[in-house]
Amino acid sequence: MKQETIADSKVIVFQLKEEEYAVSVHQVGSIERIQPITRVPRTADFVKGVINLRGVVIPIIDLRLRFGIEESEFSDSTRIIIVYFDDMETGLIVDAANDVIDFPENAIEPPPAVIGTVDVDYIEGVAKLEDRLLILLDLQKVLTREEVNELKAVEG
Amino acid sequence: METAEYLDVFIDESKEHLEVLYKQLLALEKEPAEKSIIDEIFRAAHTLKGMSATMGYNDLASLTHQLENVFDAIKYEKITVTADMMDIMFEAVDHLTEMVDDIASGGNGVRDVEQIVFLLDRLETGVTVEQTKNESGSRLEETTTVLQVIDSLDEFELSILNEASERGFSNYEITITLNEDCLLKGARVFMVFEVLEKLGEVIKTNPSVNDLEEENFDFSFSVILVSNYSKTEIEEKINKVSEINKIETNLFSAEQYKTMHEEETKELSETKTKQSQNSVQQKEKTTRKSPSGKTIRVNIERLDVLMNLFEEFVIDKGRLEQISTDLNNNDLQDTVEHISRVSADLQNIILTMRMVPVDQVFSRFPRMIRQLAKDLHKNVEIEIIGADTELDRTVIDEIGDPLVHLIRNAIDHGIETSEERKKKGKAEKGTIQLKAFHSGNHVFIEISDDGAGIDKEKVVNKALANGIINESQIDSLTDQQIYELIMASGFSTADAVSDISGRGVGLDVVRNTIESLGGTISIDAELNKGSTFSIQLPLTLTIISVLLVELQNEKYAIPLSSILETAIVRKDQILSAHNKKVIDFRDKIVPLVFLNDIFSVPEQGKNKNDYVSIVIVKKGEKMAGLVVDSFIGQQEVVLKSLGNYLSNTFAISGATILGDGEVALIIDSNALL
Repeated sequence: MKQETIADSKVIVFQLKEEEYAVSVHQVGSIERIQPITRVPRTADFVKGVINLRGVVIPIIDLRLRFGIEESEFSDSTRIIIVYFDDMETGLIVDAANDVIDFPENAIEPPPAVIGTVDVDYIEGVAKLEDRLLILLDLQKVLTREEVNELKAVEG
Repeated sequence: METAEYLDVFIDESKEHLEVLYKQLLALEKEPAEKSIIDEIFRAAHTLKGMSATMGYNDLASLTHQLENVFDAIKYEKITVTADMMDIMFEAVDHLTEMVDDIASGGNGVRDVEQIVFLLDRLETGVTVEQTKNESGSRLEETTTVLQVIDSLDEFELSILNEASERGFSNYEITITLNEDCLLKGARVFMVFEVLEKLGEVIKTNPSVNDLEEENFDFSFSVILVSNYSKTEIEEKINKVSEINKIETNLFSAEQYKTMHEEETKELSETKTKQSQNSVQQKEKTTRKSPSGKTIRVNIERLDVLMNLFEEFVIDKGRLEQISTDLNNNDLQDTVEHISRVSADLQNIILTMRMVPVDQVFSRFPRMIRQLAKDLHKNVEIEIIGADTELDRTVIDEIGDPLVHLIRNAIDHGIETSEERKKKGKAEKGTIQLKAFHSGNHVFIEISDDGAGIDKEKVVNKALANGIINESQIDSLTDQQIYELIMASGFSTADAVSDISGRGVGLDVVRNTIESLGGTISIDAELNKGSTFSIQLPLTLTIISVLLVELQNEKYAIPLSSILETAIVRKDQILSAHNKKVIDFRDKIVPLVFLNDIFSVPEQGKNKNDYVSIVIVKKGEKMAGLVVDSFIGQQEVVLKSLGNYLSNTFAISGATILGDGEVALIIDSNALL
């Protein structure tokens, strides 16, 4: 996982609130505009539901809610990033996605301890690029299924 | 040499032949004198031998060859079938299976079969098993040879050489040395083989063909060639391949090679020559056998792709239907209707194409039962009915384990020991019957035994003790319901097995598996007469008929297979019992499940009238009324999974894509009961 991101330095950059995040292009299937989402009852609140992506039913996660950022209305720039990870095909709702950049490997640093005040184990590292700060996501942690089930148990 | 492309076919066919071998051996055990069975085994072994020799799997070939010989001897009544003999032959087939499995998983099928070949050999020459066992340790010494380079020939290779010399061919041992500066050794070897194959037949190589292809040799290699060309002709032809340093050819006779062997081998070679004649006859016989029906082999993946494409088509068809209703154009509607009809036919054909006979699962049971009965010291016979009944491949893949479980259960706990059976006045041999048949849109599989049956009283007591039922329920339980208690989760613990007339280990697992396939299981039993487990399965899992319903603005689908009927009742007909809402439906009290609440559907202020729409669903004997806002209608839909991320969602078994592209969730009503 770690090696992969370091070796593959091309990343997709997307925006959540004011911050910029990045995932490796190899894990991204496509980037879609927002479309009708069918709610799936009795799931965690960040699971928005499922969509029909060219005949395949794909679960959708609102990354804002997943990361504990307040929810916002979908806008014209809202995108669904379809990621593939560990046999799972999942869509992530983000505020905007408009950049593919090359990433110098040595720019990646471990997440600063300050962020570590809350449990944010899904951050794999941060990278400084001129005046931008990119947060690298660890998809494995973002897509932990235990968490989905845990939350389900609380709700149900 | 270039056999890789045939490998899949080889593996498939070998497996088929091995199935035949197992099956016929089991049959032979019952009727040791039946000629047709022996013929069948002989034929399977022979074909297998031929195929594996062609593919270069020598161990496989030599073992099958030996097996074939034994059956030849049986055929000509030189030896008679005994129980010990059957064990050896089963062992031999086990070896074969493992070799084929090894090849299938990418291995080279090499296996030390000398011991078993030797045992078979002794069988063939009529030495009893006792003797064989005593001697087997002492014999396996190396064979000496007149050959200079290639140091051992197995029986199979020898028989070919013999056959060849009888027909006037000569056997050559050719050693070819390549130039030391040869760069592409593999390519040269390939060219040499091309030449050799034109001249005759290559029987053996040293090092093996694989090693040669991978250039795992120094600069020289040897082959044994059967050919009717002269020595000089052969050398000349090979010499046309460049970068060859030296060719040594020497003529040898298989007879000579053989005389080096001890007396028993001599004896053997006589049968061998006979054998080869027989096998020639046999070959003619097999080729004359006309193939039954025209079939082609299609890769399963392609069928899956076809199915997926068809699913997409069904979705689009749904969309078309909707558009044509909206547009209300006659021509368009006619065309769309026609498309619907064609698509229904198409669906039937695709589904039947994916059907495989349930025999694929059943065929491993006789052997399993034989072994299990032996281990448990019971005398059990299996009877299979309807093995040609067809089921969707996806169902077949899943159904094996539950069936194994049920059969084990039947042998372990159902069938009594011979003594007990005698005491009860039953036939000493217990029978397990496996029966498969079609009915409507379902396939039924029944497993019945004539064993001890189920003791109702003990089941009830056990269920009480484990808190599955309470005292007040006992009287209202039907026999059927009592039997089904043994499949309730928490009914049985390992130590309970011997108390209760025996059944119940993990039967809840079996039931869950079958229900997850959309099937049901029921039990019928009679004390001391036996019991029957009856499984009902849908023909296919991917395209199902559903009732679409609306909950506020959301659409959900309920599989028709679980729906009893639909009803619309006035709100004042809803009664309260124990704080639960129920209705009186056809003189039965049916509890209501308010889907809006269960699924916490956001309120949109719809449906504020005096009536409620109810879908009555059933699960076994249990019923419930699902309260929905409105019915939309019946539709054929393609079942899709919610994706791995949401695999365990409560009361939702999947999703489907509707005609307008919207996703509707499919309700798993079993979870709501």
